[in-house]
Amino acid sequence: FSSSGNRVNSDGKPAKFQPPPKPVIIDKQKQREERRFLSPEFIPPRGRTDPLKFYIERKDMIQRRKVFNIPEFYVGSILAVTTADPYANDKASRFVGICIQRGGKGLGATFVLRNVIEDQGVEICYELYNPRIQAIEVLRLEKRLDDNLMYLRDALPEYSTFDVNMKPVSRLDHEEIPVNKLQVRMKPKPWSKRWERPKYNIKGIKFELPEKKMKAAQKWSQPWLEFDMLREYDTSKIEEKIWKEVSEELKK
Amino acid sequence: SITGACQAIQKLTRVRVVDNSALGNTPYHRPPKCIHVYNKTGVGKVGDKILLAIKGEKKKALIVGHKMPGPSMTPRFDSNNVVLIEDNGNPVGTRIKTPIPYILRRRGEYSKVLAIARNFV
Repeated sequence: FSSSGNRVNSDGKPAKFQPPPKPVIIDKQKQREERRFLSPEFIPPRGRTDPLKFYIERKDMIQRRKVFNIPEFYVGSILAVTTADPYANDKASRFVGICIQRGGKGLGATFVLRNVIEDQGVEICYELYNPRIQAIEVLRLEKRLDDNLMYLRDALPEYSTFDVNMKPVSRLDHEEIPVNKLQVRMKPKPWSKRWERPKYNIKGIKFELPEKKMKAAQKWSQPWLEFDMLREYDTSKIEEKIWKEVSEELKK
Repeated sequence: SITGACQAIQKLTRVRVVDNSALGNTPYHRPPKCIHVYNKTGVGKVGDKILLAIKGEKKKALIVGHKMPGPSMTPRFDSNNVVLIEDNGNPVGTRIKTPIPYILRRRGEYSKVLAIARNFV
């Protein structure tokens, strides 16, 4: 008894046996290894300092990371930081906010969190490797269109308000980090910086200025900067080396 | 506002009164301005006392937050906040809704101001 015997071609002749399609196995472990994240403060700045200094600093940073987990986060993700404070009620204070800037290299790396509490905008600049920090929690991991969200100070306060008791958003390990293509609306001018100028190269603002002003702002553009060879700093090879070094040390 | 620079509080800075006192909340055609800082340098940071000119009267006040970035791990506010105070250190208002930095607890003379504060940062 075989079902294939009943199969007939469109011509009327008996059809050839076709095996069922093979199942496609997605090896999730391989996918996970493909995405590697190296925190930007590991990459040494361009200059003539001895690489030994950066090597010693990296050793100290890895030591701290072994004791305390610093999660992966980007500018635009929402974090909750608990710090030890001798003047706080329970000796610990918790602050929730959106990361607007990551600066500094090495052990002095900082990140600024911003939130609006009771109609008052508050920003705190935390040092990543400060021993006073007890926990860093990523509540929502996402990227934004810009590297620097300082323009949120001049944007409407609704774009900087985040619930202090927000629950962390669950996400799968191997998913791509979502890019939030939000275009922010601004308060009326004057702003702290002229964000419409091309030097800031901001993509995340919905400019409601008249066309004349946008064209006048382009007068300050410096189109030759992207072709300047002396300003080039290719970090891909340095990143590879440092990534290998850091991941090996952390596995020990 | 007219000036955009973020400096700490000195003479002639316009400040924002954050408690619920009558002096601080009734509208007037001129904003409250600092006229003297009780400090060796004329620059006031968080926890310094200043003299304010409000509604044609002089009143002492305590700085609870400014726009200038301070030491790391301390909060930086989007406006220069101030709490009205008497000469002996007692606050004039009864409630402070805006967040206050924890650093104010270091000096024990401001415990009455901290007692009326609701949120801390």
